[in-house]
Amino acid sequence: MMTYINLFWEFFKTGLFAVGGGMATLPFLYDISDRTGWFTHEQLADMIAVSESTPGPIGVNMATYSGYITAGIPGALISTLGLITPSVIVILLVAAFLSAFHENKYVIGAFYGLRPASSAMISAAGLILARVVFFAGNFSNPLNLKAVILAVILLAFTNAVTFTKKLHPVIWIAFSAIAGIIFKY
Amino acid sequence: MNIKLLCDLFITFAKIGAVTFGGGYAMLPILQREIVENKRWGTDEELADYYAVGQCTPGVIAVNVATFIGRKTGGITGGIIATIGVVFPSIIIITLLAGVIQFYSTLEWVKHAFSGIRVCVCVLIFNAVMKLFSKAIIDINTFCLYLIILAGSVFLNLPPTVFVVLAGLAGIILKMTVKR
Repeated sequence: MMTYINLFWEFFKTGLFAVGGGMATLPFLYDISDRTGWFTHEQLADMIAVSESTPGPIGVNMATYSGYITAGIPGALISTLGLITPSVIVILLVAAFLSAFHENKYVIGAFYGLRPASSAMISAAGLILARVVFFAGNFSNPLNLKAVILAVILLAFTNAVTFTKKLHPVIWIAFSAIAGIIFKY
Repeated sequence: MNIKLLCDLFITFAKIGAVTFGGGYAMLPILQREIVENKRWGTDEELADYYAVGQCTPGVIAVNVATFIGRKTGGITGGIIATIGVVFPSIIIITLLAGVIQFYSTLEWVKHAFSGIRVCVCVLIFNAVMKLFSKAIIDINTFCLYLIILAGSVFLNLPPTVFVVLAGLAGIILKMTVKR
C-alpha cells in the first residue's frame, strides 16, 4: 500500500514540475530511480525507446512503463494517474481565465527561466545515459567505439541527410536494434 | 450529465491517443481533423490558444489539450473523461509491451538489441535538447541560466523540483529588471 502512495506522490510531483513536454519528465525519472531504486538507469533508457516507438504521449508512456516495472498493472495505473492529476487540476483552474493567464507578466517571466532550465536538466539526463552507453558507466573506462560509430551514423541521418531527417524516430530505434543484434553490442 | 456526449469524448480522445506517436506537436494535425473538422468541438484558433497555454502550464501537452477541450464540451466531468480517454491506449499498450519485454529481457539477442537501441536513445535525447535549446536560449541571461542549471544538475545531488522553482523565480526577476 505504501508503495502505491509513494508512487502516486512521486509522479504527481513529476506532473506538477516537469515543464516542456514528454522528455522534461526524464530528469525526474532519473531522480526517482536514484532515490528509490524502483527501476535502473538502463531500464529508463529502454523505456524511452519503447515510449518513442508506441502511440501516445511520451511522458504518459514513460510514467505507465515505470509504474509497471515498480508495482505491476496497479502500479502502471497509479503512476499514470499521478502524472495527469496536477495537469487536470491546473488546466481546469486556468480554463476560466485563459487569455489573462498566458499574457500574464509573471507567467511569461517564469517560463523565460523555466525553458532553459528544462533544456539543462534534459541535457544532464542525456549525459548520465551517455556515460552508460559510451563509457560503460564511468568516464575513466575506454570509449566504446561500436557505440560511437552507430551514434555518428544516427546523428548524420537524423540531422544532415535531407531524405532521412524527417523520418519517424521508430525507424532509427529499429535500425539500432538490428545493428545491436548483428554487431553484438 | 449527458452520458452520450461523455462516451463520445472518451472514444474520440482514446482514438487520438492510439494513433499519435510522440504526443505534443505530433498530435496537432490529428486534433485538427477530429476536433475541429469532424466533431466541431472547437476552432483552429482555440486549439492554438490551448497549445500556447499548454506550454505555459506543467505536465504533458497532449493531456492539457484534452482537458481543455473536454471541459469546454462537457464541463469538468468532460475534462476528466477526455483526459482519461487520451491516456487509456498508452496504459493498455505499454503494460502489454512492458510485460513482454521483461519476459524476454534475459535472452542474449534481446540484450544486444537494447544495447543498440540505447545508443539511438542518446542521439534522440541530443536532438530533443538541440530543438529545445534553440527555442529556450534566446539571450545571454537564458544561456547563463542553462549553464548554471546544467552544472547544478550534474554536480549537486538536488531533486529537479528545486531547480524548477529556482529557475521560475530567476525568470520572473530577470524579466522584471530588464523591463525597467
